[in-house]
Amino acid sequence: MKRRTFLKGTVAGGMLGVAASAGLLAPRMVLAAWPEKAFKAKTVDDALNALLGTSDLSESGDIKIKAPDIAENGAVVPITVSTDMKADSISVVIAKNPSPLACSFDLGSNTLGFVSTRVKMGKTSDLIAVVKSGGKLHSAKKTVKVTIGGCGG
Amino acid sequence: MKKLLLITAAVSALGAPLVSQASPEDDLKAFRGYFMERFPNVPLEEFANGVYAIDPASREQWEAIEEFPPYEIAIEEGEELFNTPFKNGKTYASCFRNGGIGVKGDYPYYDTEKGRVETLESAINECRTKNGEKPLKWKKGKLASISAYMAFTTRGQTIDIKIPHDQRALDAYEHGKHFYYARRGQLNMSCAHCHVDNSGNKIRADILSPALGHLSHFPVYRSKWGGLGTVHRRFGGCNKQVRALPFKAQSKQYRDLEYFLTYMSNGIPWNGPGARK
Amino acid sequence: MAKKKIRIRAKLKGDVAEVKALMSHPMETGLRKNKKTGKKIPAHFIKEVICEHKGNKVLVANWSVAVSKNPYLSFKFKGAAKGDMVKISWSDNKGSTASAEAKIG
Repeated sequence: MKRRTFLKGTVAGGMLGVAASAGLLAPRMVLAAWPEKAFKAKTVDDALNALLGTSDLSESGDIKIKAPDIAENGAVVPITVSTDMKADSISVVIAKNPSPLACSFDLGSNTLGFVSTRVKMGKTSDLIAVVKSGGKLHSAKKTVKVTIGGCGG
Repeated sequence: MKKLLLITAAVSALGAPLVSQASPEDDLKAFRGYFMERFPNVPLEEFANGVYAIDPASREQWEAIEEFPPYEIAIEEGEELFNTPFKNGKTYASCFRNGGIGVKGDYPYYDTEKGRVETLESAINECRTKNGEKPLKWKKGKLASISAYMAFTTRGQTIDIKIPHDQRALDAYEHGKHFYYARRGQLNMSCAHCHVDNSGNKIRADILSPALGHLSHFPVYRSKWGGLGTVHRRFGGCNKQVRALPFKAQSKQYRDLEYFLTYMSNGIPWNGPGARK
Repeated sequence: MAKKKIRIRAKLKGDVAEVKALMSHPMETGLRKNKKTGKKIPAHFIKEVICEHKGNKVLVANWSVAVSKNPYLSFKFKGAAKGDMVKISWSDNKGSTASAEAKIG
């Protein structure tokens, strides 16, 4: 079953070697297909439901979002999400983007609740970090302003 | 500011050839003094970081980008290109002093034989044509990557552009200076209006970077371009932004402008390639 | 001319391995138009990133077009020793893949 999912996706032959040598995968880290429905969802709730099965979020003070108050350039917004919780996954949702779910990270059992990347924001929006931990979804959010530059855009 | 205006006015009042009433050394002193007064908490070498030297909020984002800057890809690419021999077996190293390592500081310079300002990019392409290769495009791509590699090996050295005792060199410098202070485009603005008079102020949502240190960090990876660009690419872009027709990359206007502007950053460390928004 | 598609820096700080990676990829959204032809430039982006240590998947990232061009990724994990290798691979929507390894320093 897993192999078929593998071949169905866009993963090329080279990756098969990787998965094979990986041996047994930890139950949490089953190589699921790319969550197309979640990435195509047009609302935050639809995206979360498709990705994580629920959109019930409980705000947590234990999730830190490092992101600028005003993005210098909306095409490259550096963000870091960190938490001390035992996190199974961290997802980044940008509420006002055409497709709110930006990226999602599944963490191994020894992996810290920390992820840093650079994302695109189309306009001023809440940046929502969703941490799956203990069977629940915890979240924090930060408003990041995106402005039009002055020098001709 | 007034002092600068006086120097400029005096220069513009005279016809061509431009005979300077103030020497480049005097200009540099006045230029540097203006910015050090305008931004008293910024040490001279910090001006190499442009707007990030004067705005803490954008500096934080820049530092996040610099943790693993996107121009590293270009440096690596540039190194590979630099070390790949031409069809005739020679390499770029044969065209430069010290095998081309740590030599960006030699540019731009006034070539008294050729009678023109030579830039790093023009030297790279000349090396190519001299060795039977086609010249590369001026503003981005492979040339920019090679320039990035050469800038990288020069990092830390101090900008020290020389203007030889040659009237033609002085004219080139003055020509560049005149360009900087001349109004252009539909918006009828000069480079100085934004980057001298209004440095540190906002133009819509952008903070205008000071002219001091402007040419320390090229070529530059701009998030806006999603890639690397040379100085002349930026010059062209800036001219377009005031709705003026840009000059061609490596045109006399831009070469002389680069000569003047780099000289104005003497004393500041070379820190290219840079990352900007 | 091989262009390094993934650059990795991995360092052990105490008992935590900190990994930083910079990838070379256009991450085209599919929403931009070619200025000359007016046609939409098709989406071209990394969909999945797999980070491994000793055959274990330390991190699996699912990405969309909302991740910036020439993407950056940083993560931390325990259970590694100096000299261990960390491997990062990506696959994109056009079926291209890339992979790189680095020693934890």
